[in-house]
Amino acid sequence: MERKRITLAERKGVLTKLFFSTLYLSAFTFGGGYVIVTLLKRKFVDEYHWIEEDEMLDLVAIAQSAPGAIAVNGAIVVGYKLAGLLGVVTAITATIIPPFVIISLISACYAAFRDNLIISLMLEGMQAGVGAVIASVVYEMAYVFYHGRDTASMILMAAAFVAGCVFGVNVVIVVLAAGAIGVVRTLAARRKEAVK
Amino acid sequence: MIYLQLFLSFLQIGLFSFGGGYAAMPLIQDQVVTRYGWLSMAEFTDLITISQMTPGPIAVNSATFVGIRIAGIPGALVATFGCILPSCILVTAIARLYLKYRNMSVLQGVLGSLRPAVVAMIASAGISILQTAFWGGAAVTFSGISWLMVALFVVAFLLLQTHRIGPIQVMLLAGLARMGASLLLGI
Repeated sequence: MERKRITLAERKGVLTKLFFSTLYLSAFTFGGGYVIVTLLKRKFVDEYHWIEEDEMLDLVAIAQSAPGAIAVNGAIVVGYKLAGLLGVVTAITATIIPPFVIISLISACYAAFRDNLIISLMLEGMQAGVGAVIASVVYEMAYVFYHGRDTASMILMAAAFVAGCVFGVNVVIVVLAAGAIGVVRTLAARRKEAVK
Repeated sequence: MIYLQLFLSFLQIGLFSFGGGYAAMPLIQDQVVTRYGWLSMAEFTDLITISQMTPGPIAVNSATFVGIRIAGIPGALVATFGCILPSCILVTAIARLYLKYRNMSVLQGVLGSLRPAVVAMIASAGISILQTAFWGGAAVTFSGISWLMVALFVVAFLLLQTHRIGPIQVMLLAGLARMGASLLLGI
Protein backbone atom coordinates (compact mmCIF):
# COMPACT_ATOMS: atom_id res chain seq x y z
CA MET A 1 0.00 0.00 0.00
CA GLU A 2 1.22 3.46 -0.90
CA ARG A 3 1.90 5.50 2.16
CA LYS A 4 0.06 8.75 1.67
CA ARG A 5 1.91 11.97 2.30
CA ILE A 6 0.21 13.73 5.13
CA THR A 7 0.78 17.14 6.61
CA LEU A 8 2.14 17.69 10.09
CA ALA A 9 -1.20 19.03 11.29
CA GLU A 10 -3.02 15.92 10.05
CA ARG A 11 -0.49 13.70 11.74
CA LYS A 12 -0.94 15.59 14.99
CA GLY A 13 -4.69 15.19 14.66
CA VAL A 14 -4.35 11.43 14.16
CA LEU A 15 -2.03 11.11 17.16
CA THR A 16 -4.36 13.13 19.39
CA LYS A 17 -7.38 11.06 18.39
CA LEU A 18 -5.36 7.86 18.76
CA PHE A 19 -4.25 8.89 22.24
CA PHE A 20 -7.69 9.77 23.55
CA SER A 21 -9.52 6.85 22.00
CA THR A 22 -7.05 4.27 23.33
CA LEU A 23 -7.00 6.03 26.73
CA TYR A 24 -10.78 5.89 26.87
CA LEU A 25 -10.98 2.25 25.80
CA SER A 26 -8.31 1.22 28.28
CA ALA A 27 -10.00 3.03 31.16
CA PHE A 28 -13.46 1.62 30.60
CA THR A 29 -12.93 -1.86 29.22
CA PHE A 30 -13.50 -4.61 31.72
CA GLY A 31 -13.20 -8.23 30.75
CA GLY A 32 -9.76 -8.47 29.23
CA GLY A 33 -7.97 -8.22 25.95
CA TYR A 34 -10.48 -9.94 23.71
CA VAL A 35 -13.07 -7.32 24.56
CA ILE A 36 -10.69 -4.44 23.96
CA VAL A 37 -9.66 -5.57 20.44
CA THR A 38 -13.33 -5.73 19.47
CA LEU A 39 -13.74 -2.16 20.67
CA LEU A 40 -10.55 -1.07 18.88
CA LYS A 41 -12.00 -2.48 15.69
CA ARG A 42 -15.30 -0.70 16.21
CA LYS A 43 -13.51 2.58 16.81
CA PHE A 44 -10.87 2.56 14.08
CA VAL A 45 -12.63 0.52 11.38
CA ASP A 46 -16.33 1.29 11.77
CA GLU A 47 -16.20 4.79 13.22
CA TYR A 48 -13.05 6.49 11.90
CA HIS A 49 -12.55 4.32 8.78
CA TRP A 50 -8.80 4.55 9.26
CA ILE A 51 -8.19 0.81 8.84
CA GLU A 52 -9.77 -1.69 6.41
CA GLU A 53 -11.80 -4.49 7.96
CA ASP A 54 -9.65 -7.32 6.53
CA GLU A 55 -6.45 -5.65 7.56
CA MET A 56 -7.81 -5.13 11.07
CA LEU A 57 -8.56 -8.85 11.36
CA ASP A 58 -4.93 -9.63 10.59
CA LEU A 59 -3.69 -6.94 12.95
CA VAL A 60 -5.83 -8.46 15.70
CA ALA A 61 -4.37 -11.87 14.87
CA ILE A 62 -0.88 -10.39 15.29
CA ALA A 63 -1.89 -8.88 18.64
CA GLN A 64 -3.17 -12.25 19.78
CA SER A 65 -0.28 -14.37 18.59
CA ALA A 66 2.60 -12.25 19.87
CA PRO A 67 3.51 -12.60 23.55
CA GLY A 68 2.20 -10.07 26.05
CA ALA A 69 -1.13 -8.58 26.99
CA ILE A 70 -3.59 -8.45 24.09
CA ALA A 71 -4.80 -4.95 24.99
CA VAL A 72 -1.21 -3.65 24.86
CA ASN A 73 -0.44 -5.54 21.64
CA GLY A 74 -3.69 -4.30 20.07
CA ALA A 75 -2.73 -0.72 20.86
CA ILE A 76 0.73 -1.31 19.34
CA VAL A 77 -0.55 -2.70 16.02
CA VAL A 78 -3.15 0.01 15.62
CA GLY A 79 -0.66 2.74 16.59
CA TYR A 80 1.98 1.37 14.23
CA LYS A 81 -0.46 1.06 11.34
CA LEU A 82 -1.74 4.61 11.79
CA ALA A 83 1.37 6.58 12.65
CA GLY A 84 4.47 4.37 12.75
CA LEU A 85 6.70 4.28 15.82
CA LEU A 86 5.34 7.54 17.16
CA GLY A 87 1.89 5.96 16.96
CA VAL A 88 3.15 2.96 18.95
CA VAL A 89 4.48 5.19 21.72
CA THR A 90 1.27 7.24 21.77
CA ALA A 91 -1.09 4.26 21.83
CA ILE A 92 0.90 2.34 24.41
CA THR A 93 1.20 5.31 26.77
CA ALA A 94 -2.53 5.88 26.58
CA THR A 95 -3.22 2.19 27.23
CA ILE A 96 -0.91 1.99 30.25
CA ILE A 97 -2.00 5.17 32.05
CA PRO A 98 -5.45 4.04 33.30
CA PRO A 99 -4.44 0.70 34.88
CA PHE A 100 -1.24 2.25 36.24
CA VAL A 101 -3.12 5.04 38.02
CA ILE A 102 -5.94 2.81 39.27
CA ILE A 103 -3.65 0.09 40.64
CA SER A 104 -1.34 2.68 42.23
CA LEU A 105 -4.30 4.11 44.13
CA ILE A 106 -5.53 0.66 45.14
CA SER A 107 -2.14 -0.52 46.32
CA ALA A 108 -1.85 2.61 48.47
CA CYS A 109 -5.05 1.56 50.26
CA TYR A 110 -4.45 -2.20 50.11
CA ALA A 111 -2.84 -2.60 53.55
CA ALA A 112 -5.66 -0.66 55.21
CA PHE A 113 -8.20 -2.64 53.18
CA ARG A 114 -6.74 -5.96 54.22
CA ASP A 115 -6.89 -5.07 57.93
CA ASN A 116 -10.55 -4.15 57.70
CA LEU A 117 -12.55 -7.20 58.84
CA ILE A 118 -15.48 -6.62 56.46
CA ILE A 119 -13.27 -6.08 53.43
CA SER A 120 -11.00 -8.99 54.23
CA LEU A 121 -14.05 -11.26 54.50
CA MET A 122 -15.24 -9.87 51.18
CA LEU A 123 -11.83 -10.53 49.59
CA GLU A 124 -11.80 -14.04 51.05
CA GLY A 125 -15.16 -14.83 49.46
CA MET A 126 -13.99 -13.30 46.21
CA GLN A 127 -11.07 -15.78 46.18
CA ALA A 128 -13.63 -18.54 45.65
CA GLY A 129 -15.25 -16.35 42.98
CA VAL A 130 -12.00 -15.71 41.10
CA GLY A 131 -11.19 -19.44 41.35
CA ALA A 132 -14.55 -20.13 39.70
CA VAL A 133 -13.88 -17.56 36.97
CA ILE A 134 -10.53 -19.21 36.17
CA ALA A 135 -12.05 -22.70 36.32
CA SER A 136 -14.75 -21.68 33.88
CA VAL A 137 -12.22 -20.07 31.51
CA VAL A 138 -10.15 -23.26 31.56
CA TYR A 139 -13.24 -25.39 31.09
CA GLU A 140 -14.37 -23.39 28.08
CA MET A 141 -10.91 -23.31 26.48
CA ALA A 142 -10.38 -27.02 27.02
CA TYR A 143 -13.87 -27.84 25.78
CA VAL A 144 -12.98 -26.39 22.37
CA PHE A 145 -10.28 -29.08 21.96
CA TYR A 146 -12.60 -31.81 23.21
CA HIS A 147 -15.50 -30.71 21.04
CA GLY A 148 -13.28 -30.44 17.94
CA ARG A 149 -11.86 -33.94 18.64
CA ASP A 150 -8.45 -32.33 18.60
CA THR A 151 -6.55 -35.27 20.10
CA ALA A 152 -3.10 -33.75 19.58
CA SER A 153 -4.07 -30.63 21.51
CA MET A 154 -5.63 -32.68 24.31
CA ILE A 155 -2.47 -34.77 24.67
CA LEU A 156 -0.34 -31.62 24.66
CA MET A 157 -2.59 -30.07 27.28
CA ALA A 158 -2.44 -33.14 29.52
CA ALA A 159 1.34 -33.37 29.13
CA ALA A 160 1.82 -29.69 29.92
CA PHE A 161 -0.41 -30.01 32.98
CA VAL A 162 1.47 -33.01 34.33
CA ALA A 163 4.81 -31.31 33.65
CA GLY A 164 3.81 -28.05 35.33
CA CYS A 165 1.58 -29.19 38.16
CA VAL A 166 2.98 -32.62 39.11
CA PHE A 167 6.67 -32.30 38.24
CA GLY A 168 6.93 -28.57 38.83
CA VAL A 169 8.57 -27.83 35.49
CA ASN A 170 9.05 -24.08 35.03
CA VAL A 171 6.32 -22.31 33.05
CA VAL A 172 8.83 -20.79 30.62
CA ILE A 173 10.19 -24.23 29.75
CA VAL A 174 6.69 -25.57 29.13
CA VAL A 175 5.88 -22.60 26.87
CA LEU A 176 9.15 -22.96 24.95
CA ALA A 177 8.66 -26.72 24.52
CA ALA A 178 5.10 -26.24 23.25
CA GLY A 179 6.33 -23.54 20.88
CA ALA A 180 9.02 -25.85 19.53
CA ILE A 181 6.43 -28.58 18.99
CA GLY A 182 4.33 -26.01 17.16
CA VAL A 183 7.20 -25.09 14.83
CA VAL A 184 7.83 -28.76 14.01
CA ARG A 185 4.13 -29.43 13.41
CA THR A 186 3.74 -26.40 11.16
CA LEU A 187 6.82 -27.28 9.10
CA ALA A 188 5.68 -30.91 8.81
CA ALA A 189 2.23 -29.82 7.68
CA ARG A 190 3.79 -27.54 5.07
CA ARG A 191 5.98 -30.30 3.71
CA LYS A 192 2.95 -32.57 3.47
CA GLU A 193 1.13 -29.89 1.53
CA ALA A 194 4.11 -29.35 -0.77
CA VAL A 195 4.26 -33.10 -1.56
CA LYS A 196 0.59 -33.07 -2.51
CA MET B 1 19.58 -3.78 42.10
CA ILE B 2 15.96 -4.34 43.05
CA TYR B 3 14.98 -2.27 40.02
CA LEU B 4 16.97 -4.53 37.73
CA GLN B 5 15.39 -7.59 39.33
CA LEU B 6 11.89 -6.18 38.90
CA PHE B 7 12.68 -5.23 35.32
CA LEU B 8 14.04 -8.66 34.38
CA SER B 9 11.23 -10.50 36.15
CA PHE B 10 8.51 -8.62 34.34
CA LEU B 11 10.45 -8.75 31.09
CA GLN B 12 10.18 -12.56 31.27
CA ILE B 13 6.48 -12.31 32.09
CA GLY B 14 5.96 -10.08 29.05
CA LEU B 15 8.09 -12.26 26.81
CA PHE B 16 6.61 -15.66 27.61
CA SER B 17 2.92 -15.01 28.12
CA PHE B 18 1.27 -16.15 24.90
CA GLY B 19 -2.47 -16.02 24.38
CA GLY B 20 -3.44 -12.99 26.43
CA GLY B 21 -5.70 -12.69 29.44
CA TYR B 22 -4.92 -15.35 31.98
CA ALA B 23 -1.83 -16.60 30.15
CA ALA B 24 0.34 -14.23 32.16
CA MET B 25 -1.02 -15.49 35.47
CA PRO B 26 1.12 -18.64 35.89
CA LEU B 27 4.24 -16.69 34.90
CA ILE B 28 3.50 -13.92 37.39
CA GLN B 29 2.92 -16.50 40.10
CA ASP B 30 6.22 -18.20 39.24
CA GLN B 31 8.27 -15.00 39.37
CA VAL B 32 6.52 -13.00 42.05
CA VAL B 33 5.44 -15.70 44.54
CA THR B 34 7.66 -18.73 43.96
CA ARG B 35 10.97 -17.23 42.92
CA TYR B 36 11.26 -13.90 44.73
CA GLY B 37 8.54 -14.08 47.39
CA TRP B 38 7.50 -10.49 46.66
CA LEU B 39 3.90 -11.47 47.36
CA SER B 40 2.38 -14.28 49.43
CA MET B 41 -0.03 -16.63 47.66
CA ALA B 42 -2.95 -14.87 49.43
CA GLU B 43 -1.73 -11.46 48.25
CA PHE B 44 -1.29 -12.83 44.73
CA THR B 45 -4.85 -14.14 44.79
CA ASP B 46 -6.06 -10.70 45.94
CA LEU B 47 -4.08 -9.16 43.10
CA ILE B 48 -5.78 -11.40 40.54
CA THR B 49 -9.14 -10.53 42.10
CA ILE B 50 -8.36 -6.80 41.93
CA SER B 51 -7.20 -7.21 38.32
CA GLN B 52 -10.52 -8.76 37.47
CA MET B 53 -12.42 -5.87 38.97
CA THR B 54 -10.42 -3.09 37.35
CA PRO B 55 -9.67 -2.34 33.71
CA GLY B 56 -6.27 -3.20 32.28
CA PRO B 57 -4.33 -6.39 31.55
CA ILE B 58 -3.33 -8.66 34.47
CA ALA B 59 0.36 -8.31 33.61
CA VAL B 60 0.32 -4.50 33.66
CA ASN B 61 -1.77 -4.44 36.84
CA SER B 62 0.62 -6.86 38.53
CA ALA B 63 3.67 -4.93 37.42
CA THR B 64 2.24 -1.76 38.93
CA PHE B 65 1.09 -3.47 42.13
CA VAL B 66 4.25 -5.47 42.79
CA GLY B 67 6.54 -2.62 41.68
CA ILE B 68 4.94 -0.16 44.10
CA ARG B 69 5.00 -2.57 47.03
CA ILE B 70 8.64 -3.50 46.48
CA ALA B 71 10.18 -0.21 45.36
CA GLY B 72 7.55 2.54 45.18
CA ILE B 73 6.47 4.39 42.06
CA PRO B 74 9.90 4.05 40.34
CA GLY B 75 9.63 0.29 40.91
CA ALA B 76 6.16 0.28 39.35
CA LEU B 77 7.44 2.20 36.33
CA VAL B 78 10.42 -0.12 35.84
CA ALA B 79 8.29 -3.27 36.19
CA THR B 80 5.62 -1.96 33.81
CA PHE B 81 8.24 -0.96 31.28
CA GLY B 82 9.79 -4.44 31.53
CA CYS B 83 6.47 -6.13 30.96
CA ILE B 84 5.56 -4.14 27.83
CA LEU B 85 9.03 -3.97 26.25
CA PRO B 86 8.93 -7.43 24.59
CA SER B 87 5.49 -6.60 23.14
CA CYS B 88 6.74 -3.28 21.79
CA ILE B 89 9.65 -4.87 19.97
CA LEU B 90 8.03 -8.11 18.79
CA VAL B 91 4.63 -6.77 17.82
CA THR B 92 6.14 -3.84 15.91
CA ALA B 93 8.50 -6.20 14.11
CA ILE B 94 5.69 -8.63 13.22
CA ALA B 95 3.38 -5.79 12.15
CA ARG B 96 6.14 -4.43 9.94
CA LEU B 97 6.70 -7.85 8.32
CA TYR B 98 2.99 -8.32 7.93
CA LEU B 99 2.41 -4.93 6.28
CA LYS B 100 5.18 -5.93 3.87
CA TYR B 101 4.43 -9.59 3.12
CA ARG B 102 0.89 -10.17 4.45
CA ASN B 103 1.50 -13.76 5.43
CA MET B 104 1.54 -15.11 8.91
CA SER B 105 0.58 -18.78 8.70
CA VAL B 106 3.72 -19.98 10.52
CA LEU B 107 3.01 -17.76 13.49
CA GLN B 108 -0.57 -19.01 13.68
CA GLY B 109 0.58 -22.60 13.37
CA VAL B 110 2.94 -22.18 16.30
CA LEU B 111 0.21 -20.53 18.31
CA GLY B 112 -2.02 -23.55 17.69
CA SER B 113 0.38 -25.72 19.69
CA LEU B 114 1.00 -23.12 22.37
CA ARG B 115 -2.67 -22.76 23.22
CA PRO B 116 -3.18 -26.19 24.86
CA ALA B 117 -0.04 -25.72 26.96
CA VAL B 118 -1.22 -22.28 28.00
CA VAL B 119 -4.61 -23.69 29.05
CA ALA B 120 -2.81 -26.30 31.16
CA MET B 121 -0.64 -23.64 32.82
CA ILE B 122 -3.67 -21.49 33.60
CA ALA B 123 -5.36 -24.55 35.11
CA SER B 124 -2.32 -25.16 37.26
CA ALA B 125 -2.25 -21.57 38.53
CA GLY B 126 -5.99 -21.81 39.13
CA ILE B 127 -5.39 -24.82 41.37
CA SER B 128 -2.96 -22.83 43.52
CA ILE B 129 -5.56 -20.11 43.87
CA LEU B 130 -8.23 -22.61 44.87
CA GLN B 131 -5.85 -24.12 47.42
CA THR B 132 -5.48 -20.67 48.96
CA ALA B 133 -9.22 -20.20 48.89
CA PHE B 134 -10.16 -23.60 50.33
CA TRP B 135 -7.38 -24.02 52.90
CA GLY B 136 -6.42 -20.41 53.57
CA GLY B 137 -2.75 -21.14 52.95
CA ALA B 138 -2.65 -23.92 55.58
CA ALA B 139 -1.69 -27.52 54.84
CA VAL B 140 -4.00 -29.38 52.47
CA THR B 141 -5.89 -31.86 54.67
CA PHE B 142 -9.39 -33.23 54.50
CA SER B 143 -10.42 -31.80 57.87
CA GLY B 144 -8.84 -28.40 57.21
CA ILE B 145 -10.93 -27.62 54.17
CA SER B 146 -13.39 -24.71 54.34
CA TRP B 147 -16.65 -26.20 53.04
CA LEU B 148 -18.20 -22.75 52.88
CA MET B 149 -15.58 -21.70 50.31
CA VAL B 150 -16.07 -24.93 48.36
CA ALA B 151 -19.80 -24.25 48.23
CA LEU B 152 -19.18 -20.65 47.11
CA PHE B 153 -16.86 -21.92 44.40
CA VAL B 154 -19.36 -24.48 43.10
CA VAL B 155 -22.25 -21.99 43.06
CA ALA B 156 -20.07 -19.32 41.39
CA PHE B 157 -18.89 -21.82 38.75
CA LEU B 158 -22.46 -22.91 37.96
CA LEU B 159 -23.64 -19.29 37.78
CA LEU B 160 -20.84 -18.51 35.29
CA GLN B 161 -21.85 -21.47 33.13
CA THR B 162 -25.31 -19.96 32.64
CA HIS B 163 -23.64 -16.98 30.93
CA ARG B 164 -26.39 -14.77 32.27
CA ILE B 165 -24.14 -13.09 34.81
CA GLY B 166 -20.68 -11.60 34.31
CA PRO B 167 -17.49 -12.55 36.19
CA ILE B 168 -17.32 -9.28 38.13
CA GLN B 169 -20.85 -9.73 39.46
CA VAL B 170 -20.17 -13.37 40.35
CA MET B 171 -17.05 -12.40 42.31
CA LEU B 172 -18.90 -9.62 44.14
CA LEU B 173 -21.70 -12.05 45.01
CA ALA B 174 -19.17 -14.56 46.36
CA GLY B 175 -17.59 -11.80 48.46
CA LEU B 176 -20.95 -10.65 49.80
CA ALA B 177 -22.00 -14.25 50.55
CA ARG B 178 -18.80 -14.81 52.56
CA MET B 179 -19.43 -11.59 54.47
CA GLY B 180 -23.07 -12.50 55.06
CA ALA B 181 -22.13 -15.98 56.31
CA SER B 182 -19.81 -14.43 58.87
CA LEU B 183 -22.15 -11.69 60.04
CA LEU B 184 -25.34 -13.76 60.10
CA LEU B 185 -24.15 -17.29 60.87
CA GLY B 186 -20.85 -16.55 62.52
CA ILE B 187 -18.69 -18.78 60.29
